Amino acid sequence: MSEEKPVLELCNVDKSFGPIDVLHNINLSVKAGEVLCLLGDNGAGKSTLIKTMAGVHAPTNGELLMDGKPVSFRGPKAAQEAGIACVHQFGGTFPLMSISRSFFAGVEPTKGWGPFKVFDRKKANEIAVHEVRNFGITRIDDGDRLVGGLSGGERQSLAIARAVYFGARVLILDEPTAALGVKQSAHVLRIVNEAKSRGLAVIFITHQVMHALAVGDHFAVLIRGGIAADFKKGEKSREEITDLMAGGESMADLEAQINVSA
Amino acid sequence: MSEAIQTTKSSKSTSSRLAVGELIRSPAMGAFVGMILVFCIFAAFGYHRNFLTLGGIANWMNFASTIGIVAIPVGFLMIAGELDISVGAMMPASAMTLGVLSGHFELPIALGMIITFGVAALVGLVNGLLVTRTKVPSFIVTLATLFAVGGLTLTLSVIFVDRPQVAYYAPDWAKALFGDRYFGFRAAVFWWLLLTGVFFFVLHKSPWGNWIFAVGGDQESARNAGIPTNRLKISLFVLCSVCTAFAGMCQVIQFNSAQSATNFPLIFNTIIACVVGGVVLTGGFGTLVGIFFGTMTLGIVQQGIGYTEIDRNLSSLIIGVMLLLAVLMNGTFQKLATSWSTGKKED
Ligand SMILES: Nc1ncnc2c1ncn2[C@@H]1O[C@H](COP(=O)(O)OP(=O)(O)OP(=O)(O)O)[C@@H](O)[C@H]1O
Ligand SMILES: [Mg+2]
Repeated sequence: MSEEKPVLELCNVDKSFGPIDVLHNINLSVKAGEVLCLLGDNGAGKSTLIKTMAGVHAPTNGELLMDGKPVSFRGPKAAQEAGIACVHQFGGTFPLMSISRSFFAGVEPTKGWGPFKVFDRKKANEIAVHEVRNFGITRIDDGDRLVGGLSGGERQSLAIARAVYFGARVLILDEPTAALGVKQSAHVLRIVNEAKSRGLAVIFITHQVMHALAVGDHFAVLIRGGIAADFKKGEKSREEITDLMAGGESMADLEAQINVSA
Repeated sequence: MSEAIQTTKSSKSTSSRLAVGELIRSPAMGAFVGMILVFCIFAAFGYHRNFLTLGGIANWMNFASTIGIVAIPVGFLMIAGELDISVGAMMPASAMTLGVLSGHFELPIALGMIITFGVAALVGLVNGLLVTRTKVPSFIVTLATLFAVGGLTLTLSVIFVDRPQVAYYAPDWAKALFGDRYFGFRAAVFWWLLLTGVFFFVLHKSPWGNWIFAVGGDQESARNAGIPTNRLKISLFVLCSVCTAFAGMCQVIQFNSAQSATNFPLIFNTIIACVVGGVVLTGGFGTLVGIFFGTMTLGIVQQGIGYTEIDRNLSSLIIGVMLLLAVLMNGTFQKLATSWSTGKKED
């Protein structure tokens, strides 16, 4: 596992929505079997950045390279077909749909022919249940159950299981541990490590230093839409990382502010 | 640990136990029970007034068929999180188009129908494009097109035929296909049943149906999952206008005349049929069988009431109460359905 070429690379990427510039001059790369942690304050542009990678937004300037070759995705589906799977913040599942229908939304397995192709419920149920159980959610044994009946962590696991199942090469997770309990978070982190050991390139967004340090090989910090720091595991101390995540202000200063207003 | 991500054969098959559970928790069940209840009450009060005769049943089925053909695509749109109230203008618009083209200008009926379908598709396209491009709620967009199309229909009728209505006698084969009665049932009833079957397949069996639920459940996630959400919604609006045009044309062919006045009751009736049938107003949930039962219930209460000893004026009250009950029940059914995971342990 020592490929030199990064699987996914961004070169001088800018992104603006009309007059609002969200990302400027982003250079980033992620290799196979590596976990890139994307850190930054609220509104720094992390979600926008990964949406640009996942084909949701097209970059305003700059280019995306996959295996060193320039690519441009027409939509999320094109990115998915190229092997980029993404679990977006707050999303990925449909509460009022069954587990298996939600799992296969957009890529339904069918049987039959011509215009009479029908959704293959049996196959969908089998695969969906199997994949989710493999991520340790053994409570799920019926693909016909509605997603709305699952806990937040189970839903997140369902979304990740789906991404891993469909995304061959790059797995992008936008705050997968937000709103999860300690045990469920540990679970998600284990999934990240599993994906990594299978040779996937993983991009992992989090606000929790602990979670980032636990799985990250490579860290990039976004501040107001620009890369403020890009470093490898062990190059910076935990305190330095925390300060960077707070948008460059030192934690000590922030603590002082908290005490003043109290 | 690494083999965990690979796909292998599932160790457990899981489809046996759901049949009964799914049926009881299905929103279609509520719609079905509601319809049976209404039917029984009406049958009891209408026994001596021929409610249960073939003629009595045909009467409200005929009434329901027009609503039913429109309620199906309206229900699809509701499941996808949108609403189309322009159907109230689309129905007279398509009736007048056919009446003017084939009645006044004496074009062959097949050509008249094709052009009418084209006009309907165009209105649906405009609705769909406006909703997906502007992100204005579809209620407002289709409210605007309701009045625009309604006004245009009246104006053009007066320009072309000098009156807000037009007579048209369709050829026999068209009458037989779209307008005649069989055992008291209008041809539209059979079309309604056929469309119900076809659209059941589309909604619940085809991948396309899955997309409709996904879009209504969470549009952003659906788009991220690679579903062409805008194209899907536009097609649904087109489908809705085209189905409405079909129902409108059946009416012209049966009654030999077309009216241009906007059909406001149709708007309410289709929405009521869907909600009573268990479609969730906010999208993401609903069944075709439910919509079918909802439409039948509406037909019984609005039309079948004439065959009972119940005062006709009460029908609106009954519908109001039913609508409220249905919305409350839909909530309960949803809760039941989503909490199945925890409830099952005790079963
Ligand atoms: N579609 C859009 N149109 C206009 N502005 C947008 C759009 N999407 C995001 N933004 C803006 O871009 C900035 C970055 O948003 P983004 O969601 O990427 O932040 P984030 O780093 O993911 O934050 P969080 O940690 O809260 O998830 C915000 O100021 C947001 O208002
Ligand atoms: Mg974000």
